[in-house]
Amino acid sequence: MDESLRELYQEVILDHSRHPRHFGPLEHATHNGEGHNPLCGDRVKVHLIVDAENHIADIRFEGRGCAISQASASLMTDMVMGRTVAEADTLMGGFLDLVKGEEAAHLPEDDMDRLNVMAGVSAFPMRVKCATLAWHTMKSALEAGEPAKSE
Amino acid sequence: MSFTPPLHDFPILSRPINGKKLAYLDSAASAQKPKQVLEAMTNFASSSYSNVHRGVHKLAAESTEAYEKARGTVAKFLNAKHMDEIILTHGGTEGLNLVSYSYLAPRISAGDEIVLTKMEHHSNIVPWHFLRERQGAKLKWVDVREDGSINAAAFGAAITPKTKLVAVTHMSNVLGTINPIKDIVAIAHAKGVPVVVDGCQGAVHEIVDVQDLDVDFYAIASHKLYGPTGIGALYAKRAHLKSMRPFNGGGEMIAEVTEDHVSYAEPPARFEAGTPPIIEAVGFAAALDYLTGLGRAAIKEHENAVYAYARDAVRQFNWLRVIGEAEGKGAILSFEAEGMHAHDLATILDHEGVACRAGHHCAQVLMDRFGLASTTRASFGLYSTRDDVDSLIAGLEKARKILT
Repeated sequence: MDESLRELYQEVILDHSRHPRHFGPLEHATHNGEGHNPLCGDRVKVHLIVDAENHIADIRFEGRGCAISQASASLMTDMVMGRTVAEADTLMGGFLDLVKGEEAAHLPEDDMDRLNVMAGVSAFPMRVKCATLAWHTMKSALEAGEPAKSE
Repeated sequence: MSFTPPLHDFPILSRPINGKKLAYLDSAASAQKPKQVLEAMTNFASSSYSNVHRGVHKLAAESTEAYEKARGTVAKFLNAKHMDEIILTHGGTEGLNLVSYSYLAPRISAGDEIVLTKMEHHSNIVPWHFLRERQGAKLKWVDVREDGSINAAAFGAAITPKTKLVAVTHMSNVLGTINPIKDIVAIAHAKGVPVVVDGCQGAVHEIVDVQDLDVDFYAIASHKLYGPTGIGALYAKRAHLKSMRPFNGGGEMIAEVTEDHVSYAEPPARFEAGTPPIIEAVGFAAALDYLTGLGRAAIKEHENAVYAYARDAVRQFNWLRVIGEAEGKGAILSFEAEGMHAHDLATILDHEGVACRAGHHCAQVLMDRFGLASTTRASFGLYSTRDDVDSLIAGLEKARKILT
């Protein structure tokens, strides 16, 4: 198999896409976002609970999409869980650089290692949007003015 | 009848993609151009080009003649009764928008209805949504049956005294269904309702006779007919054209302009404001001549044979579901593959040199009807071969191995 294809569809990605982490609705979410990729019609929802110290106490995602978008969403939820909103934002900046094939912003080595499974996307410019959908959705959820009301 | 695909006419087909032989199965999105079209455009631009109409110099005369000749070629291709029933547009989308803006908008009020089908391309939906949003028109949807066909009689039920227009595609760009236009037109006309047909796919695969179909409007796009982008045509019955308000305003479409008055040119010039796509018109005509020269019936038979070969080949995969199996359908194969998203599939196929389209194909209403977010689509053209299908099948098997 061609190397770039092997890298794109490596086992970690397929595993995340087949068995997405933190998948489903989230009760008492403080922030909710919905993203749409008009190219393929895929939709994703991201729900978060942000606590008083601005930590992401919980996160879930819903929706159906290609292996790349599902894996990216699943990996994202894994990585931002427990971090502050600011840290999540930095992580997102690094991720966007990575999938666009640009030099990633300075991130801790651990984070780079984990995000690197998505680096293969940069060889497929038509697929970058698939990889970034969940991240943009999370960002818009976090930025959406007043947090959604919790019961 | 034997037809050998003239692959040598299409230089792009010999370009390797990702180190593999290209299997271009995306002609329904846009067809490749034969060198006859490319050369006609280059020759015209190198020897005769100028702006059209009004000019008195030799190049203006030659360009005007070539442009008007292209109109005549389109008229003949669609078997329009009069050459002035052909408006040269900037594409299929513009033709349908022109009908919405110039014909229907002045005739429609709140509560009036437009009947259309759930298999329409967005270009035959959104212009009608405009009238819903702006003027309170109501859209009435004729359903698509499970096999991808529609029942002409359903139009009889959908049309009421409030119906002002029926909008329907000749051929679905997703399902490949060929709709019974003649029957639909007869039903609509019996109730005094005109019919606009999106012919962007239909004119490619069917031999169109607008007089026999008795359609009121028929829109086509050059680039799907192996011609250049940026040009298309709208056939409209003369009686309608005379009563339609202008579309874009500008040069070429006027009779006289003063400080406080404007009068308009007769159709079709009234609807062709500004400098038209002249070189493209020459290419468009060359493409139609090319198709006619090869033999439309022979092309259709060839495409359908390649489609049938593909359809039979994918039957071996119990994990693949074909969407659209209407009787008499044309050469488009859409499918959903279990456990494989269309975009992942298309990426892997591309690596095998197979160019397929993945997504909603600008037909989200249809996708919703079938409960799908997207499909993968292989569409066939006059240059398609069984080798292309074999590449597709090999690619599908490979994708299955990688993704599931």
